[in-house]
Amino acid sequence: MTKNETLIAYLLRLGDNALVLGQRLTEIVASGPELEEELANANLALDYLGQARMFYSYAGELEGKGRGEDDFAFLRDEQEYQNFLIVEQPNGHFGDTIARQVLFDMFYGLQLEALMACSDERLAQIAAKSAKEIRYHLRHGGQWLVRLGDGTEESHRRITKSVHELWRYTGEMLSGDEVDHAMKKEWNGPNLERLKGEWLKEVASILEKATIPLPDEQWMADGGKKGHHTEHFGFMIAEMQFMQRTYPGASW
Amino acid sequence: MRALKSKTVSLKKEQQIWIWLADVPDPEIPVLSVLDLGIVRSVAINPDGVEISVAPTYSGCPATEVIEQSIIAELQNKGIDKVSVKRVLSPPWTTDWISQAGKDKLRKYGIAPPEGGLSKRELFSGPRTIACPRCNSENSTLVSEFGSTPCKASYKCDECLEPFEYFKCI
Repeated sequence: MTKNETLIAYLLRLGDNALVLGQRLTEIVASGPELEEELANANLALDYLGQARMFYSYAGELEGKGRGEDDFAFLRDEQEYQNFLIVEQPNGHFGDTIARQVLFDMFYGLQLEALMACSDERLAQIAAKSAKEIRYHLRHGGQWLVRLGDGTEESHRRITKSVHELWRYTGEMLSGDEVDHAMKKEWNGPNLERLKGEWLKEVASILEKATIPLPDEQWMADGGKKGHHTEHFGFMIAEMQFMQRTYPGASW
Repeated sequence: MRALKSKTVSLKKEQQIWIWLADVPDPEIPVLSVLDLGIVRSVAINPDGVEISVAPTYSGCPATEVIEQSIIAELQNKGIDKVSVKRVLSPPWTTDWISQAGKDKLRKYGIAPPEGGLSKRELFSGPRTIACPRCNSENSTLVSEFGSTPCKASYKCDECLEPFEYFKCI
């Protein structure tokens, strides 16, 4: 893998995470439990979609084969997507959605902050812009996690279950593969060992505030970065890509 | 001598362009111009046309493309044929770029202006005190961290009882 290919692969992963989570949140537009949450959800989804566009466009320019954001989003198959498994998990109930947000955004925020110091100027700029937005997301998700965890007996029981069931998908975010290692070596990318420590510290602190017990060490699912997805993913992109697959080249 | 003269001309032209840009409104908050918003980074007059560098506000903000189109349309209206808009990410736009005049206009329009950027340690602190843009009372309650556009949060005033929007900080 050349230095340029490493950067393209890394950018596509960033784009995939943002797009897939943005698509998941878009699925629940118009079903928020209250108007304020409805607005919040649509705003969060919009941020992820905007970030995905920046990552994909840049990857396309570097690749130089004429592929753009829409080609990456609508014309790649399931196995070509390298997003984390956690972002493709179904929305479930409101607590499941919030738990997924906090566990992922806590990692993504730290990842973006680390990328602000990477040696590729444009990626560092996109990261600086996106990091601010993710910080705002965490403020929202974190407050809900605490409110649900420290709320009624039922909300506590259900949000605890959400966190514990999603926990198995957090392992792959924090363990590096060849792309992560190359990104660190060649582009001064994130140091995942350090990120893991920071992530655990931040997550433990918010779970404590929420009175949710920290999950035990357990078996961790992985495969997202290799393009091996959970069964939910194929259904999700089938719907997302329907228009372009049925009417190739359709545009606004 | 000739070079000097051409420099003077292009400077004047550049100043004129900045003046025209002051008339290009933000599509979602039309009281603010793109200059009040602080998103125009530079105006370059090149032999092959005028290039305006613009910083996007929020990553997914649908207004970004509309703003770029409005800038091009406004300058073309004024007789500049070749205008292009370049998106620049650095330095990133934050609410600190909104001018004082812009903040005053926001308040008059009924939107509380941003109060300094969001720092990391504030992640889990409570909502801040925001003065009502109508009666100026600081007795207000956060209704939602989000609002009708990506840039706003929703508040209500507990003094005059009016709901209002707050231009949120990033």
